[in-house]
Amino acid sequence: MTLRERFSMVFGGALSMFKGMAVTGHWLSHPKGIVTEQYPENRKTLAMHPNFRGEVVMPHDAAGEHKCTGCSLCEKACPNGSISVLNTRNLAGKKVLGKYLYRLDSCTLCALCVEACPFDAIRMGQNFELARYDRSGFELTLNQKEGR
Amino acid sequence: MELVPATDQALPPGFLTARSGRATEEYFINMGPQHPSTHGVLRLVLRLDGETVVEVVPHLGYIHRGIEKQAEAQTYLQYLHLTDRMDYLSSHHNNHAVCLAIEKAMGIGVPERGEYIRIIVDELQRIQSHLVFFACFGADLGALTCILQGFKAREYITDLFDAVCGSRLTMNFFRPGGSVRDVPEDFTDRVRAVCGKVDAMLAEFDRLLTGNLITKERARGIGVLPRAEAIALGCTGPVLRGSGVDFDLRKKAPYGYYDRFEFSVPLGEAGDSWDRYLIRMEEMRQSLRILEQACRSFPGGPYRSKEKPAYRLPTGTWFGAVETPRGVFSTWIVAEKGEKPWRIHSRSPSLANLAALNPMCVGHKIADLITILATIDPVIPDMDR
Ligand code: SF4
Ligand code: SF4
Repeated sequence: MTLRERFSMVFGGALSMFKGMAVTGHWLSHPKGIVTEQYPENRKTLAMHPNFRGEVVMPHDAAGEHKCTGCSLCEKACPNGSISVLNTRNLAGKKVLGKYLYRLDSCTLCALCVEACPFDAIRMGQNFELARYDRSGFELTLNQKEGR
Repeated sequence: MELVPATDQALPPGFLTARSGRATEEYFINMGPQHPSTHGVLRLVLRLDGETVVEVVPHLGYIHRGIEKQAEAQTYLQYLHLTDRMDYLSSHHNNHAVCLAIEKAMGIGVPERGEYIRIIVDELQRIQSHLVFFACFGADLGALTCILQGFKAREYITDLFDAVCGSRLTMNFFRPGGSVRDVPEDFTDRVRAVCGKVDAMLAEFDRLLTGNLITKERARGIGVLPRAEAIALGCTGPVLRGSGVDFDLRKKAPYGYYDRFEFSVPLGEAGDSWDRYLIRMEEMRQSLRILEQACRSFPGGPYRSKEKPAYRLPTGTWFGAVETPRGVFSTWIVAEKGEKPWRIHSRSPSLANLAALNPMCVGHKIADLITILATIDPVIPDMDR
């Protein structure tokens, strides 16, 4: 490398670096363009997309009824064995849902159970803050009342 | 530099050659598995002479989850969601390959709209993955603005995936015969808006890094992979095309509707790190071209052919391959009677590309090893599975 090339290298390198630094400086002085969410400060206003896949929930109507019939199709569809549908019999001797056990810790939020359900009884919720203080907090019973 | 087999000294496992005739003493050093520049839990054992790399031996297995074995206990639909977790930067492509194999086996067709959705989503993810490459490449070389800006541009696409697929990283979106749900009405407008933003960011990236002489000097002539060696090692994707081999599955064996779109496949000449970088930057522009064409002719109609209650593949072997951002991902299914596969094997691009690391690094300095590793663009969970 001749001296001339070496000089052009040094100054060219510095020049191109300043060009790059101009980009950095631009964003430093234009914080409006950033996309970072100010979480958790914006927790109250933060809304997920409607399709968002949070933990599995079982919607209940005002009377506390759900649509699950205890058919166990979701249990079969789950790749991780996160769902156990424990059935029982009601007073009339009909098979009904007893407990709908859902283990959040082994769930990969894949939504295959929701796809498999023919009655629209479960769906993926909007909750994304899934951390718990205790492992027992991951064992959820999704139906509120037994035997319906 | 003469290489002779080891005789006089015991070498750690994996090292093949001993070099004699040097007064200096060689030493061994561990890079990783917790090193930020290895992009994950990859452990590299380096054999160094001063600062010069003599040999590199990668050790894998730190994130092995036995996905191929797990697949044998799962139905095909359940297996799909596991492929997301191999190469998390190209989960749509992985889903796509498995879907192709299942569709071939069961004779399922995909409606026109479904194919368009697949191509748009695939190409968005290619851009997304290359943006992560840009971010990490810059950060590995010490340009920290790159990682912020690269991830910022990626966020536009991630947000779109979040809205369309319901998840940011492991989308689990494709199903045999199409996709799990239809795209929203304003999908093409949103894709166009994202493309516009990414295009503007690419121009910025050129000012930031591509035009930077220091980056150029640090990448040019570093990690040269000769054409013949790239082919012999089974490299694919930008690593192979960087060495000047014109091989892209989208052109050579078009799946889906790729033969309907106009795009070119950028090729390198020297096969060095700089070429691999430039190729990825150009591939993003080509993907933008495909997206533009796809948005223009986005058809209506059904997005998925009729769903089957269960996917039972006929006995036999089935194969599906796609071009992911990192190269050829293919899946090979040995099907038996029933809903579960007998065996599934995946060919992941990252593992084959990693084989090229040692030949590329020999004789370079440690700092160059970081550059070379970054231009391989490895995804470690894809190697281990
Ligand atoms: S989301 Fe997936 S892993 Fe979780 S319970 Fe449903 S099927 Fe199982
Ligand atoms: S949630 Fe749906 S699929 Fe699962 S048991 Fe209830 S009705 Fe059946």
